[in-house]
Amino acid sequence: MDSSIFLLLAQDALTNGAIYILLAMATILIFGVTRITFLPQGEFVSYGALTLATLQMGKVPGTVWLVLVLGVVAAIMEAFRLQRAGLSREIPVAVVKTLIPPLVVSGIGYVCAPLNLNLGLQVLLTIMIVTMLGPLVYRVAFRPIADASILNLLIAAVAVHFALVGLGLLFFGAEGVRTPAFSEAQINLGVLTITGQSIWIYVTSIAFIGLLAYFFGRTMYGKALRAVAFNRNGARLVGISPSLAGTLAFALAALIGCLSGILIGPITTIYYDSGFLIGLKGFVSAIVGGMASYPLAAGGALLVGFSESFSSFWLSAYKDVVVFTMIIPVLLWLSLRSVHFEEEE
Amino acid sequence: MSERLLAVRDLNVRYGKVEAIYQASISVDKGTIVSVIGPNGAGKTTLLNAIMGVLPSKGGIEFCGTDIGRLTTEQRVTKGMCLVPESRELFAQMSVSDNLELGAFTRYRRRDKGIKRSLDEVYELFPRLLERRTQLAGSLSGGERQMLALGRALMSKPTLLMLDEPSLGLAPLIVKEILQNISNLRSTGVSILLIEQNARAALQISDYGYVLENGDIAMEGASKDLANDPKVIESYLGMGGAGQEKERQ
Ligand SMILES: Nc1ncnc2c1ncn2[C@@H]1O[C@H](COP(=O)(O)OP(=O)(O)OP(=O)(O)O)[C@@H](O)[C@H]1O
Ligand SMILES: [Mg+2]
Repeated sequence: MDSSIFLLLAQDALTNGAIYILLAMATILIFGVTRITFLPQGEFVSYGALTLATLQMGKVPGTVWLVLVLGVVAAIMEAFRLQRAGLSREIPVAVVKTLIPPLVVSGIGYVCAPLNLNLGLQVLLTIMIVTMLGPLVYRVAFRPIADASILNLLIAAVAVHFALVGLGLLFFGAEGVRTPAFSEAQINLGVLTITGQSIWIYVTSIAFIGLLAYFFGRTMYGKALRAVAFNRNGARLVGISPSLAGTLAFALAALIGCLSGILIGPITTIYYDSGFLIGLKGFVSAIVGGMASYPLAAGGALLVGFSESFSSFWLSAYKDVVVFTMIIPVLLWLSLRSVHFEEEE
Repeated sequence: MSERLLAVRDLNVRYGKVEAIYQASISVDKGTIVSVIGPNGAGKTTLLNAIMGVLPSKGGIEFCGTDIGRLTTEQRVTKGMCLVPESRELFAQMSVSDNLELGAFTRYRRRDKGIKRSLDEVYELFPRLLERRTQLAGSLSGGERQMLALGRALMSKPTLLMLDEPSLGLAPLIVKEILQNISNLRSTGVSILLIEQNARAALQISDYGYVLENGDIAMEGASKDLANDPKVIESYLGMGGAGQEKERQ
């Protein structure tokens, strides 16, 4: 291997690593706040890229309808829940409150999709649609079983993964897509060529990580999410409801996934099921961070990025195997340090 | 005639088959301190947890004249109830100031403008917390933790503050200080439901008292009267209590 290949692989590793950092943060956030091992994180990635690609064709993406249907289901579930709790009087207000955001989002999506907006607006539209899916998935699939064991929550997460992949096939077909690059620029540094898109990825992910750090460190809602992750009972006693925290965490996770999808759309062909592997690599990074530490997970993400890109050079057929095998020493190390994710109560 | 703030009627709480609280009725009037004393395992903690909605219960719980039995813990906090639990439940990995700020979470959601002022007031009440505001809550000493738990509760500006053994594990001097602080709170309009192992001190600072035994309210009355009741003196204020009192001076 000469230095130019090395630099090329390193660039690749950094671009992917940046995305894995974002996805690992989403995974840790959801696990901390809701105890859900959220395997379908990657589906937000593919939904993001595919929704943008569909908008590019001037068509209404299936995700718009998914938002609408999940919104209606969520409203019905809310009505039933209140009825059973003997709070029938609150049903009308709750149903309207549950319905308005998905109705507005899918309405805007439906109206704006055929307008051939410019790329920036289409990106915003995509982010709005896919981010809305996060809280809806939480409301429909996880909130009713919020107190279940970690294992049962994981099983539900696997079911959600299959449902979302299946729906992805239905909405977007089996064709892969590439979205247009945000920038066609290329910077030549001697042997190395840096593409505009990878700079976009670096800058956006660093900026977004900074934003998240600000959110968790400085804002009341960010601190509230951390508080729930650290001490669920304590959080309830200061009035932070677990369902509010879960909704917020899922919205952030969907936003992060969607953003990642939009960022890598121009450099990777995305199929309806591509998200899974990408999300799983974020998940491996999160495990390196013990499902709790953001900085360790970021290190893990870079490790995953590098081992993936260099093993694709030497053992290309096995690059995913190499990455996933990394979990074993990490888990061994974690269990030796006896970091356990104990069930509460 | 003072107004009723909290009225608990015929409350039953069970852990599986075990009945921990049986037909307990207690009430707290506005601006008063009410104490609940009783031996270990009597159900005092259970009672507070049920009132706060942390544990499910049967019976009536009325707060400010409305039935709150169906509300979640978080909704009860929004209504102005606040519990400092036996286990404190601080956010150990977060700083002292973050813990205090989070105490005002429901006020923040209501866009209450006075949070900053409350923070200053808590720091004024507990200057030690100001000194340690950037320190992680988990690294505080036991006494400082109690102060933080109390401070965090005060940040929600509760109308009813429920304290589960605020002097647990503290040196006698600090116990005195904390109880003094608690009795001073009354003048700020907070009503307090207090559980205390130190029955003598509890009856000294409270207006009304209940004796809980085996999940049952065995006795109740004005704190002065309870403190002079021979049965209470024998069971809860006996020689041990008097000895403690001497040690302290
Ligand atoms: N989670 C639980 N499961 C089963 N039984 C419980 C549980 N928690 C408490 N109990 C029982 O309920 C009874 C009342 O407990 P509680 O903690 O309310 O007592 P307490 O009056 O607060 O005692 P202490 O003064 O020691 O704090 C005890 O007999 C206890 O063993
Ligand atoms: Mg107790």
